[in-house]
Amino acid sequence: MTLELRNITKKMGAETLIYDTSLVLDSRSFNVLLGTTLAGKTTLMQLIAGIQKPTSGKIFFRGKDVTGQAVQKRNVSMVYQQFINYPNFNVYDNIASPLRVAGMNAAEIERRVGKAAELLRLGPMLKRKPSELSGGQQQRTAIARALVKDSDIILLDEPLANLDYKLREELRDELPKLFADRDAIVVYATTEPSEALLFGGSTATMSEGRITQFGPTSTCYRRPQDVLTAQVFSEPPINLTKVEKKGATITLLGDQKWSVGAAGKGLSDGTYTMGIRPHHIAPFTHGKTVGKFRAKVIVTEISGSESVIHASAADQTWISQSHGIHAMPVGSTVELFADLDQSLFFDSAGRLVS
Amino acid sequence: MAKISIENLRHSYLPFPNPEMDEDYVLKKLSIDWQDGGAYALLGPSGCGKTTLLNIISGLVVPSDGTIKFDGRDVTRASPEERNIAQVFQFPVIYDTMTVYDNLAFPLRNRGVPESEIDPRVKEIAEMLDLTATLRNRASGLTADGKQKISLGRGLVRSDVSAIMFDEPLTVIDPHLKWQLRSKLKELHLRTKRTMIYVTHDQTEALTFADQVVLMNNGEIVQQGTPVELFEKPHHTFVGHFIGSPGMNILPCEVKGGKAFFAGQEVATQNAKLYKGSHAKLEIGVRPEFVTVAKKGIEAEVVKVADAGRFRIVETKAANSSIKLLLPEDVSVPSGKVKLAFDASHTQIYADDWLVGQDR
Repeated sequence: MTLELRNITKKMGAETLIYDTSLVLDSRSFNVLLGTTLAGKTTLMQLIAGIQKPTSGKIFFRGKDVTGQAVQKRNVSMVYQQFINYPNFNVYDNIASPLRVAGMNAAEIERRVGKAAELLRLGPMLKRKPSELSGGQQQRTAIARALVKDSDIILLDEPLANLDYKLREELRDELPKLFADRDAIVVYATTEPSEALLFGGSTATMSEGRITQFGPTSTCYRRPQDVLTAQVFSEPPINLTKVEKKGATITLLGDQKWSVGAAGKGLSDGTYTMGIRPHHIAPFTHGKTVGKFRAKVIVTEISGSESVIHASAADQTWISQSHGIHAMPVGSTVELFADLDQSLFFDSAGRLVS
Repeated sequence: MAKISIENLRHSYLPFPNPEMDEDYVLKKLSIDWQDGGAYALLGPSGCGKTTLLNIISGLVVPSDGTIKFDGRDVTRASPEERNIAQVFQFPVIYDTMTVYDNLAFPLRNRGVPESEIDPRVKEIAEMLDLTATLRNRASGLTADGKQKISLGRGLVRSDVSAIMFDEPLTVIDPHLKWQLRSKLKELHLRTKRTMIYVTHDQTEALTFADQVVLMNNGEIVQQGTPVELFEKPHHTFVGHFIGSPGMNILPCEVKGGKAFFAGQEVATQNAKLYKGSHAKLEIGVRPEFVTVAKKGIEAEVVKVADAGRFRIVETKAANSSIKLLLPEDVSVPSGKVKLAFDASHTQIYADDWLVGQDR
């Protein structure tokens, strides 16, 4: 069972929401759509669901063209960022509603609602109305409703965005387990790179109406095929800087010379954009090939076990994220060390070359 | 600017709360001292009472008991206007039809400040927030983070406020812009030295912004301290769980003759020797950051490995308890049966959830 988007576009008046996009999603897969607000995640989900029709292109499900099929006929479930439940139904009836609509017998409904409620730890709340639940419980109810029927496609549009940090952590841990043994295609939209990473599965990074890369999550993160993907998939933001490579050295920050790390060894001489993730820059020496530079501290953020240093050098802001507590006064000069073996090189068109 | 003192504060939304019944109160006896010019965070889950506390400080709610003082002056019953606190909310509160300049000038014009004083002030704030180029633009055309920047600017523009309170100011902002705005806010605090109080459920925001964090749960303060103190020495298992991602590992244990035992095996801790008495619940707390795979130690089985980018979260099972540890990106991941060692100086005993040997 696969879902295929073939050369889909979506226009709204003069504005293009989705540029030519092709994507194949397999059954039993967990797929993350990662991108900022307005990147096109919600539009793409609505196209998959059939809530919107593509301007051009086709959608195939199990090899059958479903482009013109209405959402009601597509057997999809959706969970939104806002907690959407029937306010005058209790939790049980909320979860049971899609089954009742489908005309299922009462015994089977009871069995399924019981199972979904148990998975989402809603057992003791079944008689309560949504208004008597916490935000987390309300969203669990919405997720249970999406789980209870055998949907072919389950779409989750930033479902954890309105929840408390700790609750988010908990549900993030549980969600993939809930879907693990289901014969469904799961698509999960988020703005948070950390969330995509923790889910594993596959990730499609999105930027301004385009999918910039789709593949195993760890490949998208560690081998982003272009600058855009690296930017979308980096938190804190990835450090990008222009470098000139000649032989075994690279020149950056005006006149700073570093030796080419393992990543840049095979490259021909020329100008590149180098990307270094914040956790590969630290205020102490680390790694085998080190690029050392001095920068002026803008601000330091200390989280208890890690320090994030924002500093400027060569008209550019650098972000370093390192283990330990490194309090630095504002305006002071800090010596930073980049692990060059972990750097990424992009050509003038922004494509990953090493 | 002012020093803010909260003394024995209690609050109930019931018309006739029973003073003997703790559960009648959403805030249960709080005392806090906030120094002039500090950066503070009020952190806790939904429903912990932090918004009620915020409303009591700003004057929107009068507490059932206790007093609030600004610089020693009792303001418990003073109106919000008299207290002179600037507030920034979760959603940007700005006038879409006005220019960025007029939005920033609004709080000053409202107070009758002469235009000759307003102009340099607005320009200074715009400069700090990188809004100078957009001053003449209408606010309606701005993105969510651009609008929230103006809200921050409006909070900062008056130099005579007692404090600036931020209520979940970055919740609606995308992660990559959150980094920018958060570091901007921290920078502004260092430059202006205003008393800033930041209310959030997000530990990352609280810990990175504040010098001192007040962690609340169920209407009570569980611990006040620096981010490092909350991380390294949680006074309560709730602090261990709530701060840190993933939170602290909490394992059932026994303490005999000043030594702690988990599943019959001795575990070196920093405070077992201080333990006296007989509590119903004794637990070992150790953060995933202080657990390593070792040649000898507690036997465990790896059940799950999650990639978090700069590190991996390894979840193991040992004698029916879950123990998580963090492995750096470049270290190979173990599988199957492993032995775990805890860093003794960061491993501690909790009796009925409270840290053994710590005064409350």
